[in-house]
Amino acid sequence: MKLFYRQLRREFIVMFESLEEVANPLVFLFLGITLFALGTGGSSEALRDYAPAIIWVLVLLANLLSLEGLFRRDYEDGTLEQVVLLARPGFLPILAKVTAHWLFSGLAMTILAPLAALILYLPGSALPVLLTTLLVGTPALSLIGSVGAALTVGLRRGGVLLALLVLPLYVPVLIFGAGAVLQQMGGMDTAGQIYWLLVISMVSLTITPFAVQAALKIALEQS
Amino acid sequence: MSFDSFAEFLAMGGHGLYVWLAYGSTITVVLANVLSVRLARKRFLREAQALVRRNETAQAAATDANL
Amino acid sequence: MGIKQLWHRLGSPRWFFEMSRRWPLIFGGLALLLLLTGTLWGLAFAPADYQQGNSFRIMYIHVPTSLVAQSAYIVMGVAGFMLLVWRMKLADMVLSAIVPFGLSMTALSLFTGAVWGRPTWGAWWVWDARTTSMLVLLFLYFGLYALRQAIPRQETAGRACAVLALVGTINIPIIKYSVDWWLTLHQPASFTLTEAPSMPMIMWMPLLVNVLGVYCLFGANLLGRLRLEILKREHSTQWVQEVVTSGRL
Repeated sequence: MKLFYRQLRREFIVMFESLEEVANPLVFLFLGITLFALGTGGSSEALRDYAPAIIWVLVLLANLLSLEGLFRRDYEDGTLEQVVLLARPGFLPILAKVTAHWLFSGLAMTILAPLAALILYLPGSALPVLLTTLLVGTPALSLIGSVGAALTVGLRRGGVLLALLVLPLYVPVLIFGAGAVLQQMGGMDTAGQIYWLLVISMVSLTITPFAVQAALKIALEQS
Repeated sequence: MSFDSFAEFLAMGGHGLYVWLAYGSTITVVLANVLSVRLARKRFLREAQALVRRNETAQAAATDANL
Repeated sequence: MGIKQLWHRLGSPRWFFEMSRRWPLIFGGLALLLLLTGTLWGLAFAPADYQQGNSFRIMYIHVPTSLVAQSAYIVMGVAGFMLLVWRMKLADMVLSAIVPFGLSMTALSLFTGAVWGRPTWGAWWVWDARTTSMLVLLFLYFGLYALRQAIPRQETAGRACAVLALVGTINIPIIKYSVDWWLTLHQPASFTLTEAPSMPMIMWMPLLVNVLGVYCLFGANLLGRLRLEILKREHSTQWVQEVVTSGRL
């Protein structure tokens, strides 16, 4: 586990150096919300009904933006090769990188979610469900997204391709996440959806690091 | 035969447009798939044979040069 | 020929090329026969549905194309697994040979579903469980196609697509379940292998014939593309030169 923490510490150092780059997806989240508000003329009924959908879809897209840089920096300066090839349990450093990515994107967005819900007129009662679904759902986003990032790391213009590969795989997380908040606003019980989000996160936690390891080995061979 | 006349068969009890639209599109797509394989094979064969011929003439020229 | 020996033989594309000379024709002929009988039987002889009238006849191509679209993706997942684990060149060729056919079947399934939906539900497109998961499947196919185009080197593209196909295949049941839970407007499955079909025998027999027909078509198309892919990738080898000069493809 020492390997995991050392890699995690290295990630933090890199993240703190380029804090503005890390903050970009969060700014994008609120930019998107403003665009939606502008689009609907700010009427509170329209925004309230779609608040969960708007927040969740923007969290998905913001997650995608930050995935782009997940492996690219290490790929360019060559440390990726060392990390993937030398580490004995190969998936540990990868897991550390994905956790670091989740802390600065998924968790950060969950912390800012109350503010987003506020400006979208989301009723206070739906806030706890929104926070739990985000907390439980975003790890799955980072994990599944890391597979897409690993597949497109060597490509020059991987951005759109990354979205095309990863977004269909995000569909279940979006359905359960946004669905839970909508049902809560409709007064129904939401435990089922939250458990399902947990299932998806756990399944991706067990499978994706190995897929990422395979994908990175493939991408490194290409150069 | 659940239709009395061919005209009725075409009309499909008013749903003719939809039924023939669906079947027509299926036939075109399936034919497109089958033909694309055949065309690609023909094109590959022509190119490969041209390549082989060019190699042979190149070898012939090389052997003449050695004599 | 034991399974083990067959397995080793499968490693060499040349052996497969010689073995499968007749197969595309056999499957193609079978597909033509089955599809012709199934379609004519379904279009002309099956009785009209009491609710939907004659528009239900679109089912005879909508259901087979949907089934093949999904199984084609599963076959790609298996081929991807075989490529990653045993590094079989043939599996990579299968992976690239299926995408066009799978893509067109999914698109067909969506189009025929929409055309069928117009008279029965009154709308060209309804966001319901089946149509949405089929649409997500279409995006999964596009993802595979785009990834293969984006990576220049052949082997890397193949193995990257293998990883994506594998991850996609694992996600198909999850997507299907989550979409089914999300909204079920679509009628229950016309017939599942477990319970008896909800239609009289005369109605679902042509459907069965068409399903078999489309699977044979899938086999024929896949083998045709695969054999061409083998020639393309091995064009520098001696045996391909002979095949090409002899013109006996």
